Amino acid sequence: MNDWSILSITTFLPLVGVFFILLVRGDDPDAKTNIRRVALITTSFTFIVSLFIWGGFTNENPGFQMVEKYNWFGETFTYHMGVDGISMLFVILTTFLMPLCILASWESIQDRVKEYMIAFLVLETLMIGVFCSLDLVLFYVFFEAGLIPMFLIIGVWGGPRRVYASYKFFLYTLLGSVLMLAAIMAMYWQAGTLDIPTLLNESEFPAAMQTWLWLAFFASFAVKMPMWPVHTWLPDAHVEAPTAGSVVLAAILLKMGGYGFIRFSLPMFPIASDMFAPFIFTLSVVAIIYTSLVALAQEDIKKLIAYSSVAHMGFVTMGIFSANAQGIEGAIFMMLAHGLISGALFLCVGVIYDRMHTRQISAYGGLVNNMPRYAVAFMIFTMANVGLPGTAGFVGEFLTMVGVFQVNTWVAFFAATGVILSAAYALFLYRRVVFGALEKESLKSMLDLNGREKLILAPLIILTIFFGFYPAAVLDVTSASVDALITNYNAALDAGGLGAHAAAAVSSH
Amino acid sequence: MTAELLAMPDLMPALPEILLVLGALALLMVGAFGGEKSTPLVTGICVALLTVAGLILLVSPHYGTTFNGAFVQDAFSQYMKVLVLIGSGFAIAMSVAYARSQNFDRFEYPILIVLATVGMMLMLSANDLISMYLGVELQSLALYVVASINRDSVRSTEAGLKYFVLGALSSGMLLYGMSFIYGFTGHTDFVGIASALTDEQASRGLVFGIAGPLIDERASLGVVFGIVFMLAGIAFKISAVPFHMWTPDVYEGAPTPVTAFFAAAPKIAAFGMLVRVLIEALGDVTTDWQQIVVFISIASMGLGAFAAIGQKNIKRLMAYSSIGNMGYALVGLAAGTQAGVHGLIVFMTAYLAMTLGAFACILSMRRKEGMVEEISDLAGLSKTNLPMAMLLAVIMFSLTGLPPLIGFFGKFYVFIAAMEAGLVPLVVIGLVASVVAAYYYLRVIKVMFFDEPTGEFLPMSGEMKIVLGLSSAVVGLFFIMPEPIMNAAANAASVLF
Repeated sequence: MNDWSILSITTFLPLVGVFFILLVRGDDPDAKTNIRRVALITTSFTFIVSLFIWGGFTNENPGFQMVEKYNWFGETFTYHMGVDGISMLFVILTTFLMPLCILASWESIQDRVKEYMIAFLVLETLMIGVFCSLDLVLFYVFFEAGLIPMFLIIGVWGGPRRVYASYKFFLYTLLGSVLMLAAIMAMYWQAGTLDIPTLLNESEFPAAMQTWLWLAFFASFAVKMPMWPVHTWLPDAHVEAPTAGSVVLAAILLKMGGYGFIRFSLPMFPIASDMFAPFIFTLSVVAIIYTSLVALAQEDIKKLIAYSSVAHMGFVTMGIFSANAQGIEGAIFMMLAHGLISGALFLCVGVIYDRMHTRQISAYGGLVNNMPRYAVAFMIFTMANVGLPGTAGFVGEFLTMVGVFQVNTWVAFFAATGVILSAAYALFLYRRVVFGALEKESLKSMLDLNGREKLILAPLIILTIFFGFYPAAVLDVTSASVDALITNYNAALDAGGLGAHAAAAVSSH
Repeated sequence: MTAELLAMPDLMPALPEILLVLGALALLMVGAFGGEKSTPLVTGICVALLTVAGLILLVSPHYGTTFNGAFVQDAFSQYMKVLVLIGSGFAIAMSVAYARSQNFDRFEYPILIVLATVGMMLMLSANDLISMYLGVELQSLALYVVASINRDSVRSTEAGLKYFVLGALSSGMLLYGMSFIYGFTGHTDFVGIASALTDEQASRGLVFGIAGPLIDERASLGVVFGIVFMLAGIAFKISAVPFHMWTPDVYEGAPTPVTAFFAAAPKIAAFGMLVRVLIEALGDVTTDWQQIVVFISIASMGLGAFAAIGQKNIKRLMAYSSIGNMGYALVGLAAGTQAGVHGLIVFMTAYLAMTLGAFACILSMRRKEGMVEEISDLAGLSKTNLPMAMLLAVIMFSLTGLPPLIGFFGKFYVFIAAMEAGLVPLVVIGLVASVVAAYYYLRVIKVMFFDEPTGEFLPMSGEMKIVLGLSSAVVGLFFIMPEPIMNAAANAASVLF
């Protein structure tokens, strides 16, 4: 127990910013600047506060820390917050990226600035809440409420096909989520509680029921992740969303799916997870290879990065369901790294989109000649996306493949081909946009990164390289909780009569 | 016996109803002698009467049965009556601005609403088939007149006539079903019916020599016939599929304030009556009515979800939306448990808040040339009137069932109860229907936020601002302090079991 409710403060701090933005009157440039400043100050301050969560976090403790619990809806569900090694860094990732998103929207959003900033701040509250909540209904409330601001962000400030994209995003995700809601209700009557720590430690669902619950949770998280074949909403949403919307979508919203698998599917339904692991491996491998090939054929930069996200999430699901320390820690690391890298890539696209207002690859070429600094930044993130050793992208890919290799060599083999394909599409993109002769007249007047853009990209470059060389900064935080999770998982499998598999998994790490 | 009949019944439990009836009769005199000038006065006093009745219920309720057991006042009827009074009071308040601008100044209108409200309160307190039918008829007769109150409008008179013909048919079915129940159980009071059904099952168990718990909990064929006809009659009143046909036409044809009234209070009253008759009188033969309720629930949710997609008129859209919502409420009833009734009460509370808020917005769709009702007329509302667009969006998201808005918690509690009762397919169908329904609620939001404005509405009147503000505060901020409503609903549900 801590005495100053740091998690609640971090979660709801952005709403204080919303309050101040509502007080700003008028629609003139001064008012807009004030609104942007309030949003930037709020998100920056939230980030600083959230660092205290990391500061006060005990790495050795596998359980939940900084727990807060209050009565909310009587006995059905409570307001229960807390973080452990699995969730804590996602909170930091969210608060870290939000000021960058606000900065990225500084000039590109001129229309309805007030509503835009309110939507982002509300979204931040909801995203932090997802990772902090320790009650299934509270989790669902945050998880699902996030649809509202994101729907509006895509629909109001998006590109030409924004209406289609926002509907598709909303309805796909909602359909997945309501099935999870049905499973949550069934769990309530089976276990008598929706308290996550209690469900993790004490309750065991009958094997037949686990299958159905697992499938219902899968419906929600697979869409959110997104896994092949329910990934089709993602390219549309990414392409149409404004830059900062794409960043939030790729860096944080997608991670909720992977987080959900680690937090709920694996520990709460171990028997079903074990049974469905080959199914997940198949989907992951298809996602890695197929979407990488699709990415190769894209003409639109954002769409290409979107497909590359689907491929990378394939590594994450593969790592999670290998159910060993390397696999799961690798998956968590990969999600955090992908959050930084894909977010940065979308910001890089935003930089040239703001200048040219097109995302067609064919409209660019030879940018290295007049934008050398941009070329360097873009190269670092491209290499990180490929998984070059020394960048954060490498560690996650490597660990997940090590993890899955112990379970199934063929899966690891096919996943490794995906690494080659990712190099192919990423370098192909980089060559077409940055290298070559600067022939197009319109590109010649483009200026290199300005101060604001450098300020956005610099911290991302530093962290991408820092975590590439010193992954222990992340792995130390996650290891205790992941070890506890795996111990429980194997114990549950032993109890469920699946000991052989469990023994193999234990001896292998 | 004679002395008992001659003795003055205890009037205290029925005090709010008596007050409203006396007030309505007095106001009728005021209106008749004062003419059209007296309309504002009559309207004001009507709202005051409803408020006083509500306060009496809230502050010093008199629980108990009276009129030889035909009338019961308990926590359940108290809670539902407060909802009905809120719905009626706001409906009158919302009609004021409309009446001023649309030449719809008739002093009969608020009085008829008060009389209909008395009928609804009687329905909620009915503990006997006879008093139940009296309540239904008092309500319905007032509503038939209200639907066609705009005598000079063809659409309004058509709506009234349609409502009257179909309503009379449904009352007939209700009465026919009641006669079966009376014939086969020998009782009209709910307690008597319940005990007769229990005895019947016990004796059947003896005849067939089966041990108590093993006997099939089924009523005799005559009672089943009675249940079917009664449910058909009541399903008409709550506009559940397949007795919903009148709803879109009446919603569209009736003057908008009347639609706002129809959408809220009568649905709540009919639901309260349905709950009481099914749980109190027929609680022992749950299996007999459960399958019917499940069927009309699925049919309502499905039709509400799919038929609304093609609608262009926002009043018709709300009609299909309310059909769908009745389906969700029936999910809680289908569970047949205390948790189910609790969920239903929470859901109806949410439904009232969302409906009033939505109609406050629809009634504010006023241009210089008159009222407009097309969804496309809302285009670009977020640019011309941001607060109204935001609040209507909150209400639409709540109708979709998104957390943390009240609509989510309403649906959550009915579905979780049905899940407990083992009705898993019903839950899954209902949740999927809510995703389909999300499509057309989103379309309203899309039109308001994503499209370019085509014209501005006149500023909202003061009453509308109050109604919209209050109802969207309940919708949007319920999650901060849910305890008062949740506890009151739990208490209301517990008295029936």
